[in-house]
Amino acid sequence: MLIPSLLGISVIIYTILALAPGDPFGQLLTNPNVPAAVVASLRAKFGLDDPIWLRYLHWLVAMLHGDWGFSFASRINVSTLILERLPVSLAILGAAELLAILIAIPVGVLAGTRPYSIFDKIANTLAFVGFSLPTFFTGLVLILIFSIRLNWLPFVFQSNMSSTGLTWLWQNILQSIMPVTVLGLFQGAALVRYVRASVLDVVRLDYVTTARAKGIGERKVIMRHIVRNALIPVVTLVAVQLPVVFGGAIITEQIFRIPGMGSLLISSILSDDTPVVMAITFVYAVLVIVFNLIADLLYAWLDPRIAYR
Amino acid sequence: MTERLLDIRDLRTWFNTDDGMVRAVDGVSLHVNRGETLAVVGESGSGKTVTARSVLKLIDMPPGRFAGGEILWRGRDLIPASNSEIDKIRAREIAMIFQEPMTALNPVYTVGDQIAEPLRAHENLSRRAALARAAELMRLVQIPDPERRVRDYPHQFSGGMRQRVVIAIAIACGPQLLIADEPTTALDVTIQAQILDLLNDMKARFGMAIMLITHAMGVVAENADRVVVMYAGKVVEAAPVEELFANPRHPYTQGLIRAIPRVDAKAQHRTRLAQIPGTVPSLINPPAGCRFAARCTFATDACVAAEPVLKPVGPDHTVACIL
Repeated sequence: MLIPSLLGISVIIYTILALAPGDPFGQLLTNPNVPAAVVASLRAKFGLDDPIWLRYLHWLVAMLHGDWGFSFASRINVSTLILERLPVSLAILGAAELLAILIAIPVGVLAGTRPYSIFDKIANTLAFVGFSLPTFFTGLVLILIFSIRLNWLPFVFQSNMSSTGLTWLWQNILQSIMPVTVLGLFQGAALVRYVRASVLDVVRLDYVTTARAKGIGERKVIMRHIVRNALIPVVTLVAVQLPVVFGGAIITEQIFRIPGMGSLLISSILSDDTPVVMAITFVYAVLVIVFNLIADLLYAWLDPRIAYR
Repeated sequence: MTERLLDIRDLRTWFNTDDGMVRAVDGVSLHVNRGETLAVVGESGSGKTVTARSVLKLIDMPPGRFAGGEILWRGRDLIPASNSEIDKIRAREIAMIFQEPMTALNPVYTVGDQIAEPLRAHENLSRRAALARAAELMRLVQIPDPERRVRDYPHQFSGGMRQRVVIAIAIACGPQLLIADEPTTALDVTIQAQILDLLNDMKARFGMAIMLITHAMGVVAENADRVVVMYAGKVVEAAPVEELFANPRHPYTQGLIRAIPRVDAKAQHRTRLAQIPGTVPSLINPPAGCRFAARCTFATDACVAAEPVLKPVGPDHTVACIL
């Protein structure tokens, strides 16, 4: 299932990008210092005037050989470019998602096991607020407070710092605090509502009453019989949503000037750098499919009723 | 002199709802003697399940609350007892089985682990020892091939087999009282008889008392020593089983007995099965006087005027009816 899906996705992305207006050599054409013959030979070299299907096959064969193409704008290999950016995005997003989970699970479980209590009402309200505030707003507010007013944290993210060792680590932590907080709280707010709803679904099931009647203590009832079962759909949801978060983080990356995949995608689109756009979109597609697969495997592992076939 | 294991006195369990206070159990008194089977009968909404769950404090509070009364377990009132005190009684002294075997087991744990859970909590057994005991218990409740099946998950069992697992969980710590809330309602007729046989077998083997909640008078006749008939949150009649079937005094009890299908000689006339017209009244604003009056063919003005109290009409036989 994996391979045909990826092939199909790549065909669609490639066709759409090829049909899209814009030409990587558009700027060369309007530049009077470049002779027309040079432009024509360059176009021929990169095969830009071939039919779409032929270009797609060229791209596919190259891709399978590990050649992701050449960035017209940056004049380096696309794979080098992506390998430079991907770790930054993964680190920030991973930390943010971890923060979201660490907040959402305890808060959601506490709220779900005490529905309509004061704690539940406060948690629900805060989750709603957090979920409603867009990250570009909260991000700017944080920058305004912590970088400009208090001057505690840097607001331009740097990937090529000169320092090494512990100083390097400390500086990276400092510059990651705000983006991770903004993304993590936003994700966490959405997740709290899922966890709470899932816990509420489980608490009224008969087996929870069976567990209570065993006299094993409310703590064990909650941990073993409510949380364990309520987290099954949540785990799947997190796994499926991660790539979506990846896409959504593009805006946050722009605000904090994080040199990640998102800012690379936007600058590539702006400079008509088709090979890079193609590669990034393809990476996103791979992430979606891989995380869906992970979700399925996790589900089967967590719920014995679902068998591997 | 028989010992009263459980003695419920004037219990009131009410529920706060958006529509008002539902008086699901409103002044119920009943007791269970050591080693006997007490059947609690009544139709849906009569308060029998709430009474049963109140004993182990398995009522969600809120919306539920105890509005009065006592639940004396071996002389000690459970209502003011703390959660940890109740946890010591649950499974060890009073165990409970439920109506729906399909949903009473947690789908993500093996049945062995679920049977072992109360053993590990109350008897400090290691996981290995508890699982070995779980297999023994499964053999006891006649589940074939228990050593292999302890590692199976609930979805790999049929409804009847799951109810046997639920019974194995209940008897794991050797309780003195087993509360069985409609244990056979969700099962096929042939399986029902097997489960009831099994319960009687366990009762004889361990000398435990059973509080059998049911709406089936046939089940009552075959299994109970004494019977309590509930209607609209109240006890309307209580008697030993032979006495109740031979000499039912309350019109509601008489109606329940007439509603048992018969296939003997008397049924040759192909008469329509008797029924009690109407439904259980609202428990938010229960009618004044006798709550059964609206459905009772013998009702008079006196029935609506004052609420009848339980009064003795024979040895160990009480009835709440002015007639």
